[in-house]
Amino acid sequence: MSTRTDVAPLGPIGFDRDPSGYRHWSLAVDGNIATVTMRVDPDGGVRPDYQLRLNSYDLGVDIELHDVVQRLRFEHPEVHAVVLTGGLDKTFCAGANIQMLAGATHAHKVNFCKFTNETRNSIEDAGRHSGQVWLAAVNGTAAGGGYELALACEDIVLIDDRSSAVSLPEVALLAVLPGTGGLTRVVDKRKVRRDLADLFSTRTEGARGRQALQWGLVDAIAPRSSFDATVAERAAALAARSDRPAGPADAISLRPIDVVDDGRTRRYGHVTVAYDRAERSAAITVSGPGPEHAGDAVERLRAEGDRYWPLAACRQLDDALLHLRFNEPELGTWVLRTEGDPEAVLAVDAALAAAADHWLVREVRLFWARTLRRLDLSARTLITLVEPGSCFAGTLAELAWAADRTLQYDDLDGEHPPATLTVAAANGGWYPMANGLTRLQSRVWGHDELVGEAMASSGEPLDATAAAAAGLVTAAVDDIDWDDEIRLLLAERAGYSPDALTAMEANLRFVGPETMETTLFGRLPAWQNWVFSRPNATGPDGALLRYGSGTRPAYDRTRA
Amino acid sequence: MSIADYSDRIPNNVDLAGDRKLQRALEAWQPHFLDWWQQQGPVDFQESEIYLRTAISVDQEGWAQFGHVKMPDYRWGIFLADAKPDRTIAYGDHLGEPAWQQVPGEYRGELQRLIVVQGDTEPASVEQQRHLCHTAPSLYDLRNLFQVNVEEARHLWAMVYLLHGFFGRDGREEADELLHRTSGDRDHPRILGAFNERTPDWLSFFFFTYFTDRDGKYQLASLAESGFDPLARTCQFMLKEEAHHMFVGATGIGRVVQRTVELMRAHDTDDVAPYGGINLDTLQRYLNFHFSVSLDLFGAETSTNAANYYAAGLKGRFQEESRADDHRLHGDEVAVPTVADGRITTETVTALSALNLTLRDDYAADCQKGIDRWNRILAPIGRRLLAPHIGFNRQVGRFRGHPVTPDGRLVDAATWEAQRDAWLPNAADQAHVASLMTAVREPGRMANWLAAPANGINGRPLDFEYVRG
Ligand SMILES: [Fe+2]
Repeated sequence: MSTRTDVAPLGPIGFDRDPSGYRHWSLAVDGNIATVTMRVDPDGGVRPDYQLRLNSYDLGVDIELHDVVQRLRFEHPEVHAVVLTGGLDKTFCAGANIQMLAGATHAHKVNFCKFTNETRNSIEDAGRHSGQVWLAAVNGTAAGGGYELALACEDIVLIDDRSSAVSLPEVALLAVLPGTGGLTRVVDKRKVRRDLADLFSTRTEGARGRQALQWGLVDAIAPRSSFDATVAERAAALAARSDRPAGPADAISLRPIDVVDDGRTRRYGHVTVAYDRAERSAAITVSGPGPEHAGDAVERLRAEGDRYWPLAACRQLDDALLHLRFNEPELGTWVLRTEGDPEAVLAVDAALAAAADHWLVREVRLFWARTLRRLDLSARTLITLVEPGSCFAGTLAELAWAADRTLQYDDLDGEHPPATLTVAAANGGWYPMANGLTRLQSRVWGHDELVGEAMASSGEPLDATAAAAAGLVTAAVDDIDWDDEIRLLLAERAGYSPDALTAMEANLRFVGPETMETTLFGRLPAWQNWVFSRPNATGPDGALLRYGSGTRPAYDRTRA
Repeated sequence: MSIADYSDRIPNNVDLAGDRKLQRALEAWQPHFLDWWQQQGPVDFQESEIYLRTAISVDQEGWAQFGHVKMPDYRWGIFLADAKPDRTIAYGDHLGEPAWQQVPGEYRGELQRLIVVQGDTEPASVEQQRHLCHTAPSLYDLRNLFQVNVEEARHLWAMVYLLHGFFGRDGREEADELLHRTSGDRDHPRILGAFNERTPDWLSFFFFTYFTDRDGKYQLASLAESGFDPLARTCQFMLKEEAHHMFVGATGIGRVVQRTVELMRAHDTDDVAPYGGINLDTLQRYLNFHFSVSLDLFGAETSTNAANYYAAGLKGRFQEESRADDHRLHGDEVAVPTVADGRITTETVTALSALNLTLRDDYAADCQKGIDRWNRILAPIGRRLLAPHIGFNRQVGRFRGHPVTPDGRLVDAATWEAQRDAWLPNAADQAHVASLMTAVREPGRMANWLAAPANGINGRPLDFEYVRG
């Protein structure tokens, strides 16, 4: 097995996929049940130095899964339950590919884990909020990330063939942690006793059939002969709970995302990214809706489909965030801007609110919630600039509070239209963060009166002085200072250690209660990255590189 | 103030008339500055006309324009020395890179701090000296005092210009704070301890301008090497004015020494106090005091801050570019005088860590030149003034807590204390000096305790009315 760590960096990674181009997944819809089958093409890895055997996955496999989850939500209103299963005999999924991990840069490993976690969360999100519940039909062994994939589903049916097992062998075999929430989901979601979880997580062979069921690691077991029937029966029961429409009414298709990137600027229809490599920052500008997007949300979605502003802008923003995360790791600060008419943003918000019960409108809002969480979880300094001509209102105002710092332009000369920030209903709970709070609550945590006052000002454009007084922006910055302040802030930020910034920002962003999600994105990566940077895992004699080499890893036995 | 007024009221070579941002910042700051000048500047003579030098440009003719002016109407200006085209950073990790024309964000905090600390000393000395105008030994000296005061205030302007021009909102707030701290104030003192002591008398003033302003000169000289070009150029021009302040100190002490020699000869005695002079022993004690406390201003001999500033290209050594080494100093070593095992010895440390010591050594050598000049006046009577050992009376650095005599012997604390009055200004010295402090207002006349200067100001005669009304 390879022990290379000098694998050439990946070329730019794209995230937009088309089902006709899937290499690793297939989707079949039968009535209100969809079946998603994983059959990883061993030669379809994003790097050539490993083979994706036994349904092991890499980023490319997971990008397709992400696409599957998204399309099922937007393109298949009639799908009320999703069966996830393996397309290989006796193997459900072997988890993340070990050679891929061994040869990946630290940054890639971290980004990969974060993205896979986000995708698993979106599977849970679909079940919880979209009426599209996922069921794992574990038709063979599910090891490590394979079992974690099943854990993201609401229901797990394990084939009871006396050999298929679920397992989390990371600690014992690889000297790392299960990287996509396995430990947390076993105890926090499935409520497996923690002593049994400890036992399970150190047994390379995992648990089979009856024992897995007894410990609570799966919800049902079925022998080969009745496996499909059991799955179908349970999927039907899950589907029956759904509030999604019975037929394909109002389904839209997610067409390819148009983007032009010349290396200096990346342009989508509503989102522009300008790279500043000297300053190590990227400026992300979201353009607000135009008059053509006004009007009844369902009507607009029927007419425009995925070109309807709230959906199109969100897709573009999501794609931009992923692109920057993976392909521009040295652009450490993201500057968030908007441009447009705040009233138009509020009008679209109002249209979304008026049709909130419509399944597709609900999907649009849920998508914004996920994309904004992706922004929160990005290991970059976020700075939002509220400038003249910007449209930070309602949904887009979330960008102001997602940021680590928010500066608002204070025009003393009155030469420009005032830069305003407008709180609206969308800021009162449409888009919860990982900690379950709104961004507004997180920004002024412990000061509920400020949240109350801000919500009471709904619809009212606040100028810099008012927004600063209300605690909604970090500072109102005079027009004469504006350029200097920003230049200095960016340059200063670019001078600090990226590691220290990532750690500091992660600590400050997620105030308040711990949730399963903050555990997955806080506690897990902190420990995992500690383990990843220790020689016992990644040193020349560590487990990741020795795995499969026939030589046992040599551990430093000091407990730290 | 209208835009057209700017270049007239505030002489400058920073295009103030075209810089809306700077105008607006100064508009808010300048009234506070004038309030400060009225409240913390000289306690008297604000309505008098003083024969002052005003800089209206940086060239030969412009930098020294003389004329009578009321101090509140003084035209405090903003000047940077001419830019050196394509200047590069001369030392540290950025050696050879183009000098920064904007604040490098990475060093924003450090640079702002350096500027604030330097800026804080400028108004502090005006505050320390505000009562001296009532006891000036001549109109010539009174005028010199005011010249020093207005120029120190201009140095404040210079630092405020940098804060306003380059540090945004934080910089403006710091500029305001420079006016809100006050020398000796219990709640809001000046940043450096030495600048919170009142200058009690004119003898102290002369010693202060010789020794303490010289510390300022060395700090400015090291900032004049800064990779941040606007700071470097600002300090280069300030050094020109600072030279005059040290001239006031050097000639002031020289004139006192001269008068003492005259009285010693006339009365054939070492004790000239009964004749209204100041004894050489007293002068030696004042020298011991001012030299030792000024050494403290350089900080601890070894300093990670100083090393960081140097490596970052923020603060160089005195005349950095004429030094023959690699200007990075990695691996270089120097010997630091220190106390170990009960004796004065040296310890070898890295040169980078000992930059405060390097600057202090340059300073001490410079101080010695003035002492040599005074000793030439003393030569005919066979007497000398001596700089005390660098370990004498130190509150900062390696010698802190170690009783060292002026001639460099380590003694026990009791021995040292017993000699304190012989080495440092004692109550009798202070009482005698205080008794001499009576104002002389008659043009051309000098108080009895110091000789007349060799020349008047700007070619004017000694009996010129340097201060009117
Ligand atoms: Fe000065």
